[in-house]
Amino acid sequence: MTGTARATTPGEAYDIERIRADFPILGREVHGKPLVYLDNGASAQKPQSVIDTMRAVYEDEYANVHRGLHYLSATLTDRYEGVRETVRRFINAEKTSEIVFTRNVSEAINLVAASYGRANLTEGDEVIISVLEHHSNIVPWQMLRDEKGVVLKVAPISDDGEFLLAEFEKLLGDRTKLVAIAHTSNVLGTILPAKEIVRLSHDAGAKVLFDGAQAAVHMPVDVRDLDCDFYGFTGHKLYGPTGIGVLYGKEAVLDAMPPYQGGGDMIAMVTMEKSTWAPLPHKFEAGTPAIVQAIGLGAAIDYVTDIGMAAIAEHEHDVLTYATQRLSAIDGLQIYGTAPSKAAIVSFTMESAHPHDISTVIDRAGVAIRAGHHCALPLIDRLGVPALARASFGLYNTRAEVDALAEALEAVQEIFG
Amino acid sequence: MFDDLRDLYQEVILDHGKDPRNFRKPDEANREALGQNPLCGDQLVVYLELDDHGVIQDAAFVGKGCAISVASASMMTELIQGKTEAEADALFGRFRGMCTSDEEPDFADAGDEDMERLQVLSGVRQFPVRVKCATLAWHAMNAALRGEAQVSTEE
Ligand SMILES: Cc1ncc(COP(=O)(O)O)c(C=O)c1O
Repeated sequence: MTGTARATTPGEAYDIERIRADFPILGREVHGKPLVYLDNGASAQKPQSVIDTMRAVYEDEYANVHRGLHYLSATLTDRYEGVRETVRRFINAEKTSEIVFTRNVSEAINLVAASYGRANLTEGDEVIISVLEHHSNIVPWQMLRDEKGVVLKVAPISDDGEFLLAEFEKLLGDRTKLVAIAHTSNVLGTILPAKEIVRLSHDAGAKVLFDGAQAAVHMPVDVRDLDCDFYGFTGHKLYGPTGIGVLYGKEAVLDAMPPYQGGGDMIAMVTMEKSTWAPLPHKFEAGTPAIVQAIGLGAAIDYVTDIGMAAIAEHEHDVLTYATQRLSAIDGLQIYGTAPSKAAIVSFTMESAHPHDISTVIDRAGVAIRAGHHCALPLIDRLGVPALARASFGLYNTRAEVDALAEALEAVQEIFG
Repeated sequence: MFDDLRDLYQEVILDHGKDPRNFRKPDEANREALGQNPLCGDQLVVYLELDDHGVIQDAAFVGKGCAISVASASMMTELIQGKTEAEADALFGRFRGMCTSDEEPDFADAGDEDMERLQVLSGVRQFPVRVKCATLAWHAMNAALRGEAQVSTEE
């Protein structure tokens, strides 16, 4: 491990200055103003420890994994496989064999749809998603629907963005085979009642997959406590590199699934007649993996674990509460997503200005947010808006940055008034 | 405020953005196309009424978009009325050229009155990601003339 800041030890106050100093990019300016990075929902910035770790591997330790008997390959294989243990602990899985590396959460979901879905679902079987899904958790199921004649059902939300558990329960039936739902909405911030979803789904005999892209970054996740069958998340939103994601699956479920892609690394034996599959999790990892990215993800998880996911959640909750207050006070600004259980994401519209215009104007004040449909068009339709502006906060954001956002939005008012 | 923002959001644009002209669906329209910007979800439908000689008798639009895309659509519908298909296409070409040009154009000298009016939109040159907003309605108009039902800025 490199010697960058250990942010806090339990019981210590959240040392935001030290944490911010760990992220070199936060020191830069944009259009002559200090960067206020509030687009963490799209992708988070990287701490020095992640950057250093990855560079050190390339400079000093690099080789392919699982192949060579030579020193570098053997050492790096240990290091790469060690990340599985880091991930296992991070989400409290039972075994490292349940941790499959993917490119991102999209691939994790596609893997389940293509492997589990194709093997286990037949015409007339039902998959339940929700209206607040990211396209990544819609399109793979539509593809399965079109291929297998599976029926796709959509669980609704309230106007506040709350998941309607009772309505969801009504959708469950004999033919429900799989429930694939976001643990946290990337637009509304809503934290879904995951345990209840699992309990109800299991009672109906369905398996459950959570898209944890936005949940794993904002709060502690315990897959055994949730009792879900699959859980996916993506490294680049968790302060790690792009190109690496995780699919957790219960061992028994993964074991019974056919491979996802064919290639090197995923086989036990190959003859021209037939191949046999490698044991879990390698069965699902064809070809040379994203070795350095996986190690970078390990460093990112070490980083957030050092601070503590509970401490991060608490800090972000404070920033969220403040942001909600500050933004609500702006004339003509409406916040979308006011569920009681919410991660640090604030989507909004302004009466006077379209989200793009908002984004363009505040960008000139150094404030980076996202504007548009957030890869969740069905949700945007449900909300009845053409687009939304979204400020999504991370572990390094501060109340002062919320002030900068609010002041920039006041400038938007001035222009478009 | 920053100068480039002031260039982008000139009074004329804010005015057209808030109070777009020809914002309606004409009964007599015989051409229409949906323009979509898939990156942001903005959508505009452009309606044209062409007479037998290929002259645009009426142009209008409906839809949702940012100030830039709506203002550009609004001004476009005003300018292409009375033009032939070829003239409208040519104007689109000059407009697109302006949006992506490195230099501040001077249309007054060139005697190009239409472009002189559209010059208020030249602020997008400093905001390359917003060029698609400015050209959205124009792409839709162009598609409608070609008889295509829709067009995407990502094509
Ligand atoms: C809820 C949710 N699901 C899925 C994704 C897709 O993530 P990735 O592009 O890393 O696969 C995102 C991020 O954009 C997201 O927020």
